[in-house]
Amino acid sequence: MENEQKFHGQGRRDFVKQTSMLAGGLLALPILSKANYFSGSSDVIKIALVGCGGRGTGAATQALSTKENVQLVAMADAFADRLNDSYNNIKEALGDKASRVNVPEKNKFIGFEGYKQAIALADVVILTTPPGFRPIHFEEAIRQGKHVFMEKPVATDPAGIKRVLDAAAIAKQKKLNVVVGLQRRYQNSYRELYKRAQNGIIGDILSMQVWWNQGALWVKPRKPEYSEMEYQMRNWYYFNWLCGDHIVEQHIHNIDVGNWFKNATPQTAGGMGGRAVRTGKEYGEIFDHHYVEYRYADGVVMNSQCRHWKDAPSKVDEEIVGTKGRIYCDKAQIVDHKGKVLYQFDKKKENNPYQTEHDELFAAIAKGEYKFADAQRGAEATLSAIIGRLATYSGQVINWDTALNSGLNLQPKVYAFDAPPPVLPDASGNYAYAKPGITKYFVS
Amino acid sequence: MTRYYVTLLLGGMLSNSTAVQAQQTFTPYEQQIPGTTVSFKMMPIKGGSFTLGSPDNEKGRNKDEGPAKNVTIADFWMGATEVTFDEYDIYADAEKDKTPIPDGMTRPSPPYIDLTLGMGKAGGFPANSMSQYGALMYCKWLYAKTGVFYRLPTAAEWEYACRAGAKTAYPFGTDESQLKKYAWFKENSGEKYHKVAQLQPNAWGLYDMLGNVAEWTLDQYDESGVANATATDPWTMPVAKMSRVIKGGNYNDAAPALRSAARLKSDPVWNRRDPQIPKSSWWNADAPFIGFRIVRPAKQPTPEEAEKFFEEIIDKYKGSR
Repeated sequence: MENEQKFHGQGRRDFVKQTSMLAGGLLALPILSKANYFSGSSDVIKIALVGCGGRGTGAATQALSTKENVQLVAMADAFADRLNDSYNNIKEALGDKASRVNVPEKNKFIGFEGYKQAIALADVVILTTPPGFRPIHFEEAIRQGKHVFMEKPVATDPAGIKRVLDAAAIAKQKKLNVVVGLQRRYQNSYRELYKRAQNGIIGDILSMQVWWNQGALWVKPRKPEYSEMEYQMRNWYYFNWLCGDHIVEQHIHNIDVGNWFKNATPQTAGGMGGRAVRTGKEYGEIFDHHYVEYRYADGVVMNSQCRHWKDAPSKVDEEIVGTKGRIYCDKAQIVDHKGKVLYQFDKKKENNPYQTEHDELFAAIAKGEYKFADAQRGAEATLSAIIGRLATYSGQVINWDTALNSGLNLQPKVYAFDAPPPVLPDASGNYAYAKPGITKYFVS
Repeated sequence: MTRYYVTLLLGGMLSNSTAVQAQQTFTPYEQQIPGTTVSFKMMPIKGGSFTLGSPDNEKGRNKDEGPAKNVTIADFWMGATEVTFDEYDIYADAEKDKTPIPDGMTRPSPPYIDLTLGMGKAGGFPANSMSQYGALMYCKWLYAKTGVFYRLPTAAEWEYACRAGAKTAYPFGTDESQLKKYAWFKENSGEKYHKVAQLQPNAWGLYDMLGNVAEWTLDQYDESGVANATATDPWTMPVAKMSRVIKGGNYNDAAPALRSAARLKSDPVWNRRDPQIPKSSWWNADAPFIGFRIVRPAKQPTPEEAEKFFEEIIDKYKGSR
């Protein structure tokens, strides 16, 4: 192949420099040089895992289960125990593919800073730390010219969203594939429903309803040896600088489906929420329920509800209502307004979307194709959820642009175990949480 | 585990045990879960002989149901209904368990999403989506709480109790159109499970044996499980975490899967959407149609035998599904 010969043996960065000087014609070619995708002359795709919790371990295992010639070469995590468990669990889960794990001790990086070195060793980086870290990690991965798989959400505050959007623009210029773990976009049933919606089967969208209503989640008990920073990192779900609240961390999936089917992002969010049942100090500062009315530019409303109430009925779903019919996403069914079924996806044809994300990403990388630019829409979905949180926390209607440009930044000044995290408990160990109507304009 | 233990624990023929038997006349009884107002009903299932599996000519029959064999089953009690979330959650939710959990006993971790999927939880809905390990751990916990040894039924015990003396495809005969009187299945379930004991019980007072949630048994799945069945209390012992035998069919199944002899094999695909590694030992992310019911062997094991059973059947196969 012509490209291949031309750029054989060149480093990725050289290639980027060179392509930027070349005529646009080359960039328009569907197949780019392999040199754009591999750090060495071998055809092994090297992977670094940054964030070794259960989901990171799962994502790494999925990446290593693809058909391509892949190897895990580096791992980074704040905690040694998490990293070592992850290393062992990946090997065990891979079974006869365990030889794809090739992480010598010197490539296991513990602490807050190791991500930079781990990223440097890889062609593809998996970013699966708590979401508060995502912007700095994504920024670094793109700076170093790596392809990325990153979990949703991609930030917890508007300042982080800005960083991700900026890095996303650079990723596009560099033609770095980025997949974001909004896996419904990679799920067969959703793809079929979307295709039909695009073809007009339900007419124009009038409204949408999205839910993530479920029970309780894990809590890690405080241990005397923990610093406050370590305690919050281990219980990252309950602190907004790390998690963004459950509307951001989980409900983002459903909100993203709304944006996807609507082909738009909301202009405003207004709503309510609070802590009705999950009130203990072990639950940090997050709410246990949110109800948000998202309004798009054309007036279409998406009603969104999410909650963590353990003995109330659960529902995780999306419903899209159009002029000619409606879509029930979880049932993978489209009906007209008289209830007649217009389309029913055969659930036997459902895939494992978590695996498909990696299959498609790594296939593209191996072929030297540039196909995935999820970062921007990942950032948009995340900001959609964040303005929901800002609305429920403040009791105010939040405007998309105002929020995005607010500079609101929840991150600590210093990332270190002996540094103070941005929120601290009072003398009895309780954390302040938002009081709608009293809490000032979207400050958490 | 030796066959000796197996026989004992199934309430079999050996009688040199010095077990402290929880005394109980062989009649229906209510078991209260200590420290709660929750109780469940156990029905006596008088042992006897029956034909395990199905005849070659049974409509909808699968190869793993035969050749049918005459086997003998010892006395046991069986839950009148599937275990409900009202019961299971006392184990799964520390806040509902008002008496201390025994040392070293773990509770299920909360599932990533609520696996009832909106089909219902409190008020008599069957517990669902748990791994077989999660079902067995409940039995172990219940033993620790009540002092009575409960476990999952063997596939043979299950089938014996389901048939309730009938030799036909279904406990009530062969007429599929009768099924809706007894079972929640594809034709009448509305694609969801229902509260237990809403329909008619079988002749031995057992509700929802067919349909609603399919039920875990204690057997390793083996295509030759019926063919190799021993004459007395047959049981294909676990040798690996997967697959186990499921009986009864579920709310999404068509009639043939609800036949007394039908056997289903648990499948890794039932947990494929658990995005975490290690995958939850406790829950199946894609099997909302699985539940269980418990039995109490009439001849109770000694504490040592019970301990040995839990070690060999549960601890050795943590995360069995």
